[in-house]
Amino acid sequence: MGDKPATKGRPATKARSGARRSRPAPTPAEEAALQGSVPEPEFVQLLTPDGERVEHPDYSVDFTDEQLQGLYRDLVIVRRLDLESTALQRQGHLAIWASLEGQEAAQIGSGRALRKQDMAFPTYREHGVLWCRGVDPTAPHGLFRGNDHGDWDPAEHNANLYTLVIGAQTLHAVGYAMGINYDGKVGTDDGEAAIVYFGDGASSQGDVHEACVFAGVYHAPVVFFCQNNQYAISEPVERQTRTPIYQRAAGYGFPGVRVDGNDVLACYAVARHALDQARHGQGPTLIEAYTYRMGAHTTTDDPTRYRTGSEVESWKQRDPISRMRSYLTKAGIGDDDFFASVDADADRITGRLREFVIGMPDPDPSRLFEHVYAEESPLQDAERAWFEQYQSSFVGEGAH
Amino acid sequence: MAKQQGPLTGTQTLTIGKALNLGLRRALEDDPKVLLMGEDVGRLGGVFRITDGLQKDFGEDRVLDSPLAEAGIVGTAIGLAMRGYRPVCEMQFDGFSYPAFDQVTNQLAKMHYRSRGRITLPVVIRIPFGGGIGSVEHHSESPETYYMHTAGLKVVTPSSAVDAYFMIQQAIRSNDPVIFLEPKARYYEKGEVDLDASLASAEPLHRSRVVRAGSDATVVGYGPTMRVLRDSADAAAEDGRLLELIDLRTLSPLDLDPVYESVKRTGRLIVVHEAPTNAGPAAEIAARVQNECFYSLEAPVQRVTGFDTPYPASKLEEHFLPDLDRVLDAVDRTFSY
Repeated sequence: MGDKPATKGRPATKARSGARRSRPAPTPAEEAALQGSVPEPEFVQLLTPDGERVEHPDYSVDFTDEQLQGLYRDLVIVRRLDLESTALQRQGHLAIWASLEGQEAAQIGSGRALRKQDMAFPTYREHGVLWCRGVDPTAPHGLFRGNDHGDWDPAEHNANLYTLVIGAQTLHAVGYAMGINYDGKVGTDDGEAAIVYFGDGASSQGDVHEACVFAGVYHAPVVFFCQNNQYAISEPVERQTRTPIYQRAAGYGFPGVRVDGNDVLACYAVARHALDQARHGQGPTLIEAYTYRMGAHTTTDDPTRYRTGSEVESWKQRDPISRMRSYLTKAGIGDDDFFASVDADADRITGRLREFVIGMPDPDPSRLFEHVYAEESPLQDAERAWFEQYQSSFVGEGAH
Repeated sequence: MAKQQGPLTGTQTLTIGKALNLGLRRALEDDPKVLLMGEDVGRLGGVFRITDGLQKDFGEDRVLDSPLAEAGIVGTAIGLAMRGYRPVCEMQFDGFSYPAFDQVTNQLAKMHYRSRGRITLPVVIRIPFGGGIGSVEHHSESPETYYMHTAGLKVVTPSSAVDAYFMIQQAIRSNDPVIFLEPKARYYEKGEVDLDASLASAEPLHRSRVVRAGSDATVVGYGPTMRVLRDSADAAAEDGRLLELIDLRTLSPLDLDPVYESVKRTGRLIVVHEAPTNAGPAAEIAARVQNECFYSLEAPVQRVTGFDTPYPASKLEEHFLPDLDRVLDAVDRTFSY
């Protein structure tokens, strides 16, 4: 893969032309949304919604048949895990769930482009990325059930805990990447990189801006991976920015690229290139994965209040899994037996998830006071001692 | 600050500012993972020159001139700490630390708890704090209560050169995040520091200390107010009242055992701070002292604090800040019961 131009894709909107007006004219996406269909913007695409392989002058992939099957398997399993988790929430086993449905290709493509030594900083919807990092798929569910704040070891999996304050983790990723530079772990094939996930809503946050400033200034080996899923809860991306998100990178002095976020091959290719650049000391890249959240923001949300059925339907036509399945079928890489075996794997894994979540015991109350500090913790020690004494006072009264 | 660059040895008379500078220098020498970060900390040496000369000697990778972005400084420090570094962040002024508030309270303070001990964040946030320097707004805030109220943070403040020198090194060695409040109006006060003394022999970081013994009333303060307390004790002594002075040094965790012991002897307590009264540190101390010393108290706990107003324009700050007369007035009040 050769050197890339600074930016790709369509230039900025033409909305600014013409006479002064109190409100900018609708963007093409807004106009299309009003009409119930959404045009595809210009982006890096290697697999069309119909499952046709297309070439791109700058990005290519070189997968074996088995690897292509593996990507499909990943997509199916993380969707099934997600749907199962939504069902578990509806049945009262989880307090809330943040669905990734529709964003599987963005997460699996970028997640599979990571190497073991790379560090991922997710927000709270990156269940597919965790899957790629080898985190047990039951690990995030303690957070959504209210048992813990995420029960996996970030150092073991090189995947940080979820972050609920929007965009805060972008700074952590940049600091971590600055540390990679200081450790001299860049410039060779076994160099390291950090990748940070955030959404279109987060692109409005000051932390994300500051993260881009620091990344640019310190030439940090970090990839900003924005999943533009078109909505920040109810607010469309036009309420966050009048500029395509990937074009913002130019203002920070590093490349930006927009990729079809529903195309797992393109997401892989673009992320791999950006990560390679970072590992080799070429600094940060901002990737905008143009995708769509098919479900609600979380299970507390009602997307029918702010989205039209026809818009959702038009995105359904670009589903990341059906296009991959169609491609594998046409290319003779997947047959009915293969697809059935993937479905059977998904059944087995989601069955284990269901069993685990339903059987998850409440945490021991003593956990309340654990790990507030790494060192001496006299206030918490005193409160814990009081609490234990208080709890034990109920023994014998039948209250516990 | 004196541009003295003698050997770091022997007992020297240093300002608090210079003691901090030498403490940071020692920490940089002792551990290659220690980094200083902040606006203007490099070539300028910080607006108060606390980091003077450190970038020159340790390089731009150890002493980073950061972009003008407080959340960015603290947020990237978190990432660096996750990578194994020990960042020391400078917030240029107290009022400018608030843009970093989310990163400090939601991220830095909670990561160890959220990760169930899997992540430790040995980050120090240095904040020059308090009033009395005649500056414009946002340059004289007392934010200590915000940080004391947040579990996961440790909050300390030195009031002497010897504490400044050792406490900054202890804070950097701590595996917990430490909010290190520097009494900026006292940067130029001098004291003797034995630079050869080992860190282990120094007063522990999280201990308060009786700095003057007395039998008639206990007066508690920290950081910038300790000079007022000393002056008040001198003046009270002329009236025949012997005040026992306690420098808290640590606001989280509060070390109140010396306060309890003292109050049980004197029966009277006055707490002094620049931060506003409402829900301030004195409120917490008064509540705990009442619990522990109820039958020893001869009078209600008195508070001498800033008023519940925004920090005023500097021509008014002499009225806002606790001074000798207000402390003595509180002493009189406590004896009127």
